[in-house]
Amino acid sequence: MKSSVIVFPGSNCDRDIGVALEKMQFKNQMVWHKETKLPKSDLIVIPGGFSYGDYLRSGAIAGKSLIIEEVVKAANSGCLILGICNGFQILTETGLLEGTLLKNKNLKFINKDVYVKVFNNNTKFTNKYKKHQILKINIAHNEGNYFTDTKHLDKLKNENLIAFRYCDEIGNIDDKSNPNGSLESIAGIFNDNKNILGMMPHPERMVDEIISNNDGVNLFSSLFN
Amino acid sequence: MEISNQIIEKHGLKIDEYENIKKLLKREPNLLELGIFSAMWNEHCSYKSSRIHLKKLPTKGKHVIQGPGENAGVIDIGDDDAIVFKIESHNHPSYIEPYQGAATGVGGILRDVFTMGARPIALLNSIHFGAPDHPKTKSLLNGVVSGIGGYGNCIGIPTVAGETKFNETYNENILVNAMAVGHAKKNKIFYSKAKGVNKSVVYVGSKTGRDGIHGASMASAEFDENSEEKKPTVQVGDPFTEKLLMEACLELMRDNSIISIQDMGAAGLTSSSVEMASKGSLGIELELDKVPCREENMTPYEMMLSESQERMLIILEDGKEKAAKKIFDKWDLDFVVIGKTVNTNNLTLKFHNKVVGEIPIDALATKAPIYDRKWIRKKTKKEKIDLKKLRKITIEESLVKILSSPNHSNKSWVTNQYDQMVMCDTAQKSGSDAAIIRVHNKDKAIAVSVDSSANYCKSHPITGGKLIVCENWRNLITVGAKPIAITNCLNFGNPENEEVMGEFAECLEGIKEACEFLNYPVVSGNVSFYNGTNKKNIYPTPVIGGVGLINNFLKPINHILKKENSSLFLIGKTFGHLEQSCFLKENYQIFDGMPPEVNLLNEKNNGETLLKLIKNNLVLSSHDVSNGGLIVTLSEMAVLSEYGVKIKKPKILTNLFNYFFGEDQARYVVEIEKKNTSKAEKIMKDNDIYFENIGYTQKEIFEIEGELKISIKDLFKINNEWYNKY
Repeated sequence: MKSSVIVFPGSNCDRDIGVALEKMQFKNQMVWHKETKLPKSDLIVIPGGFSYGDYLRSGAIAGKSLIIEEVVKAANSGCLILGICNGFQILTETGLLEGTLLKNKNLKFINKDVYVKVFNNNTKFTNKYKKHQILKINIAHNEGNYFTDTKHLDKLKNENLIAFRYCDEIGNIDDKSNPNGSLESIAGIFNDNKNILGMMPHPERMVDEIISNNDGVNLFSSLFN
Repeated sequence: MEISNQIIEKHGLKIDEYENIKKLLKREPNLLELGIFSAMWNEHCSYKSSRIHLKKLPTKGKHVIQGPGENAGVIDIGDDDAIVFKIESHNHPSYIEPYQGAATGVGGILRDVFTMGARPIALLNSIHFGAPDHPKTKSLLNGVVSGIGGYGNCIGIPTVAGETKFNETYNENILVNAMAVGHAKKNKIFYSKAKGVNKSVVYVGSKTGRDGIHGASMASAEFDENSEEKKPTVQVGDPFTEKLLMEACLELMRDNSIISIQDMGAAGLTSSSVEMASKGSLGIELELDKVPCREENMTPYEMMLSESQERMLIILEDGKEKAAKKIFDKWDLDFVVIGKTVNTNNLTLKFHNKVVGEIPIDALATKAPIYDRKWIRKKTKKEKIDLKKLRKITIEESLVKILSSPNHSNKSWVTNQYDQMVMCDTAQKSGSDAAIIRVHNKDKAIAVSVDSSANYCKSHPITGGKLIVCENWRNLITVGAKPIAITNCLNFGNPENEEVMGEFAECLEGIKEACEFLNYPVVSGNVSFYNGTNKKNIYPTPVIGGVGLINNFLKPINHILKKENSSLFLIGKTFGHLEQSCFLKENYQIFDGMPPEVNLLNEKNNGETLLKLIKNNLVLSSHDVSNGGLIVTLSEMAVLSEYGVKIKKPKILTNLFNYFFGEDQARYVVEIEKKNTSKAEKIMKDNDIYFENIGYTQKEIFEIEGELKISIKDLFKINNEWYNKY
């Protein structure tokens, strides 16, 4: 499979996701934000980091960049899009995903390993996971507190568009296991067609036993199914 | 403009120094020139009080590629890999403006590392605050921690290790030391020495503003009640621009366009241009009209002394401007040729087609003053504290007191605010003795740690100096790394005070002796004097940042207990030294007496033997015994694991407080699987080191036979409360 990683000024997880994709046998290409054409890709990844230094609002300026028009076109024609962390924030800024990421409830940057539960394993991104499988995965963000309106929240629930929710080691979902105050402990969501996934946790950080664990591997291998 | 005594004083210069300037110039300086002298001759840039002592440190070794004197030190870690690293202080700005002060401290040290051609791979810090109940401490802690995180997280370099300490000596002068570590190719190191006449001098990065003017001079004076007024001398950081600058510089460094490169740190454009010219025995001519400015009507004085961040000066090979500019255009950064190298040996400054300043380079660099300041030796009372005369407490009470104290509480409140994982090579995060960073795409790793012990250094500076080097060395050993070299950040009070200067000289004697014995050279560093307010000096606080190497890296070794019913060995002899211990400080507020003795021979032997045990795959976990003694070491091993311990009562020392809380050096606790104990014992015996089998691991309960029994869940709670309640 062919993948493209969009690099904005201030992206800083671009190398990490590139390494992970290549490890998972993707033919990957880095695409600079000033490009106006995307290489042919099965998967487009918008990586984590601080695009444009988070100025104005995280993801806001990147959401208006040249290459994003191409990403939106690709998304609408069914290309798989994965936005991680700042990538998720950017996707909400473009409107490809609904809702927004507010400042963490404790108003601080949070980096730690947390647990998430897989809620929909019947998608291109998650088919190798078991339903309700618990993953240990790293988060690193200032604004990861997902929020949306009631109408959209109902839709997320009714149409099974919640990908992951924060939980504890044994799967309890409550305020204690919610690191950033996200609505309903939401850690990642799909769009209506489930070809776009936005998530705050970093799966690319979990593909190497020596460094962390392999809980992110199946997200990438699912895409080959 | 007439230069009055008042103006001279405002520039932080002494009258006799001014006379010296006149002699070197053979005339009166103008205000611009005076400003430049003050920037280059202040303590921060000139090392005038420390230089003669620093010269004594060992700086060479078979791994050393570049010692002190460049932007950072460089060591050889085999193959074609080099590690570039340095630590630097940003104490004064951080006290005045904690967020920006700490953030720009991180930014500055990162530039020192990537200027040399290295991609930064890790950040560390050593931060010291006043007493927790001092009214400023809480906001300073908050500001500094978010400043460090704000910069490192944004630029995308993991902050992997550090220390956060509290002591009332820092009430009015906190310490913020930042260390950066980078990876470079051995044959692709870039230096600041200029070469060749008529080469383009290029300004890249952010525009110059009015921030940070005279920052270095501010950092070279004591604080007083008007320190708040110094806020405008603190620089403002922009990690986003630094990220772009870093990527652009590293991209330009792929080919051979650069002759020399220097970041604009303290004293900005002045020190960078003088440094390059001085090292190359050349002159440099700058056309200040060309300097990219952020604000209107900036004067040459302001341009030369601004400490605006995220700027670099580069001397390019002929004909490389166009290709280089293309790279900086891609990253939307300024790229302007602002001058050239000349053969006059002068710094010549032109503005509106007129020469507005002209100073011989050597007057600013090699002829800057050097002082052999008066100093006196410390006399420490060697008396022992008689435990029998103290209020009776139990071992459990004392353990709880120490584990719940600000200095020993779990620091995840701090470290969770730093991205420790970005770059995906952090194999061991902070919380262990040392962090482990894998060399990208290689099967080797480096271990890094920063350490200090102001109490030890205050009570007996020579011993204190030795102790901190040894502790740093041990911290690298426990994770299985061979210690290679150190950087140091020397935080002291006013050097014009004979006692302070004595503390400085003696700490360095200690550091020197330990580094020489352990073959652990100093490759870079920084001196920060004048830490204090209104004649009250801080405790001497040298901070050591060490780098070690792990070849054939497969999995990290750390201090967390791994298995039930494995044997626990204590390596090194316990004498029960309690003076200067946490036990006496936390329980009785007793600060008298000598720190524990250092036996460098044992230190080396014990450490090297532990490395052998680790190399032979015999070690499940290991931890060095430091502050708090054996019992605190054991509880730190248990508290984050699923296992407790069962420890036998000692046969040699009858007083349990001496045994469990004594802070004797050169000791480690090692967890070894039962089936491997005889193999391990043989190695320890063959290497002639002292060791004891002190007990074994068990489920959930932390226990000393017949003395203490407490669940590790409770220990965890005790250890994790303070920060969350503060």
